Amino acid sequence: MSDWVEACAAGDIDEEDVMRFDHGGRTFAIYRSPDDEYFATDGLCTHEKVHLADGLVMDDIIECPKHNGRFNYKTGDARGAPVCVNLKTYPVKVDAGKILIQIG
Amino acid sequence: MVIIGAGECGGRAALALRDLGFEGPLTLVGDEPHLPYERPPLSKEAMTGETPAIKAIATDALFAERSIRHIHSVRAVAIDRAAHVVQLSDGSSLPYEKLLLATGSVPRKLPMPGPGGRCVYLRTFNDALAIRAHLSAGNRVAIIGGGFIGLELAASARRLGAAVTVIEAQPRILMRGVPAEIAEIIHKAHAAEGVTIRTGQGIAAVADDGNKVAITLADGQTIVADLAVIGIGAVPVTALAAEAGLAIDNGIAVDGQLRTADPDIFAAGDCCSFPLAVYDGRRVRLEAWRNAQEQGALAAKNMLGAGEAHAAVPWFWSDQYGLTLQIAGLSDEGKSIARRDLDDGAFILFHLAGDGRLVAASGIGPGNAVARDIRLAEMLIAKRATPAPEALGSQAVKLKSLLVA
Repeated sequence: MSDWVEACAAGDIDEEDVMRFDHGGRTFAIYRSPDDEYFATDGLCTHEKVHLADGLVMDDIIECPKHNGRFNYKTGDARGAPVCVNLKTYPVKVDAGKILIQIG
Repeated sequence: MVIIGAGECGGRAALALRDLGFEGPLTLVGDEPHLPYERPPLSKEAMTGETPAIKAIATDALFAERSIRHIHSVRAVAIDRAAHVVQLSDGSSLPYEKLLLATGSVPRKLPMPGPGGRCVYLRTFNDALAIRAHLSAGNRVAIIGGGFIGLELAASARRLGAAVTVIEAQPRILMRGVPAEIAEIIHKAHAAEGVTIRTGQGIAAVADDGNKVAITLADGQTIVADLAVIGIGAVPVTALAAEAGLAIDNGIAVDGQLRTADPDIFAAGDCCSFPLAVYDGRRVRLEAWRNAQEQGALAAKNMLGAGEAHAAVPWFWSDQYGLTLQIAGLSDEGKSIARRDLDDGAFILFHLAGDGRLVAASGIGPGNAVARDIRLAEMLIAKRATPAPEALGSQAVKLKSLLVA
């Protein structure tokens, strides 16, 4: 459970934005919140497997680009139709300007 | 509470009533044999997927857990407003305190005589199954109507190897609601995929002998197909409301809170026309998945007395081949256009009213290339923002920065 993987540099993601990160055949979404913290979730929406990294981040919400399903990317909680299944989240740490996620 | 119509709108309304804490009896009546399901996949995944599957928005178990009684395969035939009772086609009746009409729309029929079974429409999952059976490689499919359903179906049929001809009476495809520059991209994508598109062609005659269909065009040419799918628009289902004496105006007429003139009857989704606040009360009727969902949820709130007005901006999308089109707002409100080019050939047209207000945005591109900016445009439209056309047109200016300006 200690597989920390380097995903990107801290500056690669704008504040209040999201980036796609693929690793080991899986896809993740990495977020930088408006208050400059980093978070990671599974990369695909639980509704129709759409890449969330094409979606819009507003405060602590990521909105799916396809059908506007909303999740709190800090907790993974689904926030209303059409999504009802929560997103899996992953621990993130910043180390020497690098973003690392624990994908265990 | 009783909801007539168990599609996206009715289904969402039922779930929303429980989410909002309503604990009384709740009945959802639908004329299809299925659980409420999403219709957008019917022209796409239900055609091209390995096995056609219903994408239900709830399960029987969820309905049971939430005490939502779902009556299927039954129509509502009359509303007795004085007695507050709905009569159903199986002879039973349902008393209501508040009633929601979410009766949806049905395909507009081609004014032609007698179908032999090879001229079909697409509205329901069962319709989709019937069409799918004919979309095999080598079959000829004629699609009458170059709107979203027809074009999405054309793309699916090509993927399955059928020979496809699209016939459109208007001078171009997607005349309603889609700017010409974007329709042209879609037209070219279909042409590149081998679809024959005949625009500006009225239909003189349709002969369906049960094995094939012969469509005679206005110019005298005949197109012969194994299947003809007719996608020439939809009409709202209003007879129940009309017979109950409710006002009809291109749909069941409701106010901004989705109320009919009867304080105990609401209408929502494809079946209703309502004043769109973002365009100063312009009365519209929307045939869109998201609208059905949002209005279902709003009607639920207002049935419980919230008194909340509809404030959403219309939004819809279409997927064809690898392209996605998204439109926020109604582009016919615009007087001028600012164009923003994005990566990979994607672009967005921002439609501005005479006073500089952003009223709509239409985008197209591969995958979800335009999604984020269209979503931001939708928020700008809702805010009645008047962004500078130069800022809208420049990819260097983030739309999010215009939102906080």
